[in-house]
Amino acid sequence: MTKMPKWADAVLIPLISILLAFFFSGLVIWAIGKDPFMAIRTMVQGAFGNTNGLGYTLYYTTNFIFTGLSVAVAYHAGLFNIGSEGQAMLGGLGVALVCLNVPWPHWTLALPGAMIGGALFGAAWAFIPAWLQAKRGSHIVITTIMFNFIASALVGYILLNHLKVPGAMATESARFGAGAHLPTFHEMLAPFGIGFNRNAPANISFVVAILAAIAFYVLIWRTRLGYEIRAYGQSETAAKYAGINPVRIVIIAMLISGALAGLMAINNVMGEAERLIDNAVEGAGFIGIAVALMGRNHPVGIVLAALLFGFLYQGGAELAFWESIPRELVVVIQALVILFTGALDNMVRIPLEKLFLALSRRRKDA
Amino acid sequence: MDYLTVIQILDSSLRLATPLLLTCLAGLFSERAGIVDIGLEGKLLAAAFLSGAVAAVTGSIWLGLLAGVAGSLAFSMLHGLASITFNGDQLISGVALNFLAAGLTIVVGQSWFALGGRTPSLFGGGRFESWNLPFSDAMARVPVIGPAYDELISGHTALTYVALAAVPLSWWVLYRTRFGLRLRAVGENPGAVDTAGVSVVRLRYAALVIAGVLCGLAGTYLASLAAGFVKDMSAGRGYIALAALIFAKWRPWYALWATLLFGLLEAIGNRYQSIALGDIVIPVQFMQALPYILTVIILAGFVGKAIPPRAGGKPYVKER
Repeated sequence: MTKMPKWADAVLIPLISILLAFFFSGLVIWAIGKDPFMAIRTMVQGAFGNTNGLGYTLYYTTNFIFTGLSVAVAYHAGLFNIGSEGQAMLGGLGVALVCLNVPWPHWTLALPGAMIGGALFGAAWAFIPAWLQAKRGSHIVITTIMFNFIASALVGYILLNHLKVPGAMATESARFGAGAHLPTFHEMLAPFGIGFNRNAPANISFVVAILAAIAFYVLIWRTRLGYEIRAYGQSETAAKYAGINPVRIVIIAMLISGALAGLMAINNVMGEAERLIDNAVEGAGFIGIAVALMGRNHPVGIVLAALLFGFLYQGGAELAFWESIPRELVVVIQALVILFTGALDNMVRIPLEKLFLALSRRRKDA
Repeated sequence: MDYLTVIQILDSSLRLATPLLLTCLAGLFSERAGIVDIGLEGKLLAAAFLSGAVAAVTGSIWLGLLAGVAGSLAFSMLHGLASITFNGDQLISGVALNFLAAGLTIVVGQSWFALGGRTPSLFGGGRFESWNLPFSDAMARVPVIGPAYDELISGHTALTYVALAAVPLSWWVLYRTRFGLRLRAVGENPGAVDTAGVSVVRLRYAALVIAGVLCGLAGTYLASLAAGFVKDMSAGRGYIALAALIFAKWRPWYALWATLLFGLLEAIGNRYQSIALGDIVIPVQFMQALPYILTVIILAGFVGKAIPPRAGGKPYVKER
């Protein structure tokens, strides 16, 4: 049996799946009595039409690159990590503790410090499910779901009882010092004479996210550890036979996954809010699942998918504002993307494979 | 803590355990047939929304119930399409369904009622009335047993009694009927069932139909109890039910005890903001997280081992 060409597998199938997801999202918009084309125009205008919208789009994109990479690293090891949300929450706690407890003189020092804090806390939160999976055989999907809830309770408790400013109304920590302020796109681009909206939250974390995507590529496809992770993800028995220690791979892959999710906090906690607020992650961990699936667990795909979801997130906010379509529409699109690219993959693949088979046969006959 | 307080806490435990029990039994049927169902949360939410919405529009909770069950069934069938027909990843499909429900309920709800994703409040025939069992008023004056009978056993809605009846019924179906035997077999060794000439696909779809109906009942219960649908009203109950299922080791009677335990934890957490035990104060957040923590401990095998059905989560591909 001849197989499908590689480009069809890597590009065509995801593309058709995504088009299906968008088609059904359009149907939803149409069903609630709105114009899908008008909605798209509003979203594009709101997400890319000015530097304020673009700044928000890139801010969300940054979040999703981190969580997308987080889900993807685990996925390469054959692990489905639904816990990026909780790991990012703990990462936020780590970043907040680093930013609040050290009088940082300058952001160039504060950023690496906060990165270590966020990554460490995120990795620590991923370590327990990883260890339980590797050593005790507890299903990582179930334990990471449970750990999301436990993380939410834990961070809520610490925020309320230890970090909250006494007497303040809002459940949030004190504001970070001026030395922990990360440069925004406005501040970064001004020296070059490029005007970027002052209020947009996009900041230097975006650059860190891109560097993380490059590091991800090097790690997975250019190092021995990455080879071992992929080998283990392809076939556990074959990997074991080849002398790869499964316990080590599961734990290391999940530690990297948790660290990447935790790193997200430099963007939302340190870069945007500049304090720890309740539910700071806002579901970005879950969007990471869609981003990783859509990006086929490849960094280039992940960055592009993250950008698409950043656009959907910001565009969705505009939609709520101008068209009175709830921004939860983005959740529907996200669900359909996960459904079509992840679970209904074969629905697109099988007919397409038959098509290619028929085409190659005809070519042979001719 | 006096006797009446204990009775009241137990009463609200039962109230809170009802949707968990129905959802847990739904998961039980599905997972016993080898289909992992982390989409319980989504089905619960979809059912709660549709039953709430239809009950609000028509004024009849029975029509609401029908709509809720239909919505939950639709989600179940979508899960079946992905995981049975197209051999897709059951976990990913479940995750997708949860998001789909979370998003659709708000988007559709907002365009339908324009109340920020809520439905109008249900009253009168739009809600299930609580049933007072015979003699409950007369019995209330009898010491000790009286209040227990009046508060705890009597005075729930029909669905609570349906949920309780579903436990022995599920046990009977699973362990005393041919269908149940085959259903359990298809979750352990689908190849053997196939060899015996029984359709794996049909059995698994049947299990998902049962799961859809049970989740539909659970969602309707939530909407009826809260007198309407509120955004994200399932509030993780689908996941708690999943936790209870693991706790129950995929067995009906254990499911009853597990969901009652989680109901009790929730009732205590609702009633007391924090609990002082001598010098140690247990914060309310800990009580909320306790079911999840317990599940992790059980899964780790520190307290008994939870062994799921062997073929769970794996698509069955017929050999050619």
